[in-house]
Amino acid sequence: MMKLVGFLLLLAGWFLVLAALEMLSASTPRVLFVIAGFAIEVLGLALVFRAYIPEPGEER
Amino acid sequence: MIAQASPFVPEITSALCLVCILLVPLAVVGLAVLTNGLGKSRGAAHAMLASMCVIGVAAIAFIAVGFSWEGFAGRASHVITIGGKPWDWIAQQPFFLRGLPLNGSPVSLSVVLQMFAVGIAAQIPLNAAADRWRLGPICASATVLAVWTYPLFAHWVWGGGWLAQLGVIYGLGRGFLDTGGASTINAVGGLTALSLVWIVGPRSGKYSPEGMPVGIPGHNLVNVVFGCLLAWAGWLGLNSAGAMLFGASTPSGLVLVEINTTLCAAASALVALVVTRIRFGKPDASITANGWIGGLVASSAATAMLRPAAAILVGLITGVLVALSVEWLELWLRIDDPGGAVSAHAVAAIWGLLAAGIFAGMGSQSVPGQWLAQLVGIATLIGFVLPMTFGLNWALNRILPYRVESDGERQGMDLHELGAGAYPEFMVHSDEFFQR
Repeated sequence: MMKLVGFLLLLAGWFLVLAALEMLSASTPRVLFVIAGFAIEVLGLALVFRAYIPEPGEER
Repeated sequence: MIAQASPFVPEITSALCLVCILLVPLAVVGLAVLTNGLGKSRGAAHAMLASMCVIGVAAIAFIAVGFSWEGFAGRASHVITIGGKPWDWIAQQPFFLRGLPLNGSPVSLSVVLQMFAVGIAAQIPLNAAADRWRLGPICASATVLAVWTYPLFAHWVWGGGWLAQLGVIYGLGRGFLDTGGASTINAVGGLTALSLVWIVGPRSGKYSPEGMPVGIPGHNLVNVVFGCLLAWAGWLGLNSAGAMLFGASTPSGLVLVEINTTLCAAASALVALVVTRIRFGKPDASITANGWIGGLVASSAATAMLRPAAAILVGLITGVLVALSVEWLELWLRIDDPGGAVSAHAVAAIWGLLAAGIFAGMGSQSVPGQWLAQLVGIATLIGFVLPMTFGLNWALNRILPYRVESDGERQGMDLHELGAGAYPEFMVHSDEFFQR
């Protein structure tokens, strides 16, 4: 489940970046939304990494 | 870009570009030898054979289908209009290069370069999933990469796609900048490598029941360093040809490309050596080698546009990032990547792309918004390419299991898959004596 949420966050962050490019023309809001999208991607990546770390004693 | 400047490139320029392209196979060979050296001795022949298969499969798949989606700037492509702005998302070319003039034109030179480049991209995951990835799935995964993942992203960057047009459409610098394949080749390959490591899991015996990593050293460090030196020659050709085809460099501009490529790799390797000396008490040859490759990768993003001092700075930071991320990924994130491919290709490439946005826009070449264009490209790699390549390989793994059986892993990939070892005179493997 955590893995799926992580990958969905990766995609959501990318869509936010694209939306910022398309919908915002002023420089500052566009930059802020691109950075926000990127931050969501980092969060998603962290979740996917966490999902692949086995619990103590769990076999891989 | 020479393709847009004139379709009639002087023959001397075309010949020089072709000579540079012909150096690129040395990068592929270098990575193959590096992969061989960093793996176990009982999988050495398998690693080399897998490299050869991957190069062959990727070249055929790219020429047959991949280039149809990748295309070249100025040629036919599918464009969708969003908010009145054109988004060029995929090329529209015939399969098997039908109708393409193979005569030394920029588009034909681009085909040759990318036939080799896709081999580099497909080679990178081999490095990460060595010693437990079966040969059949290796070929299948390389086919998927060469037919879809690589061409799609390469079209966006090198084929006149939407990332290349960020400057024209949204006023972001010159658009996403990557002349030597830091993103198209190395980040795509490195992120696929990360997906593969997640899918196949760590080698048996790599982590103790408490989760502590066990060192499994590469079997031939001479091959590792020799592979790095071969890759250097290949990267000089790759960065030069890329700068001419995708970065508007003239033949005289290649002097800077050669200097920057070498400086970046040298600085990165030396700082990786120093970092490992400080961390472990002695320099680590395999991490230093990864630093060298990471420096080459980072240089690819904008080597023709950096000043030599900036190239050294980029290399220094790359060396630190690669050395620390190899350790961090293995120790804290349980990523068993025997070749350090995720660090040397994905991490170094992403840093190189960001550095291109910061340093390539300095001084007289300053263009506003370049760093944002780079950030959009990096966000596309992490937010789109990574889930896509993971999803494709995950689905393929359900059909054709990637990982070798545990008996096969213990026996060794050479004997299990090929029926013969690489070094029949030496059959002693120290880890066979470890208590499991």
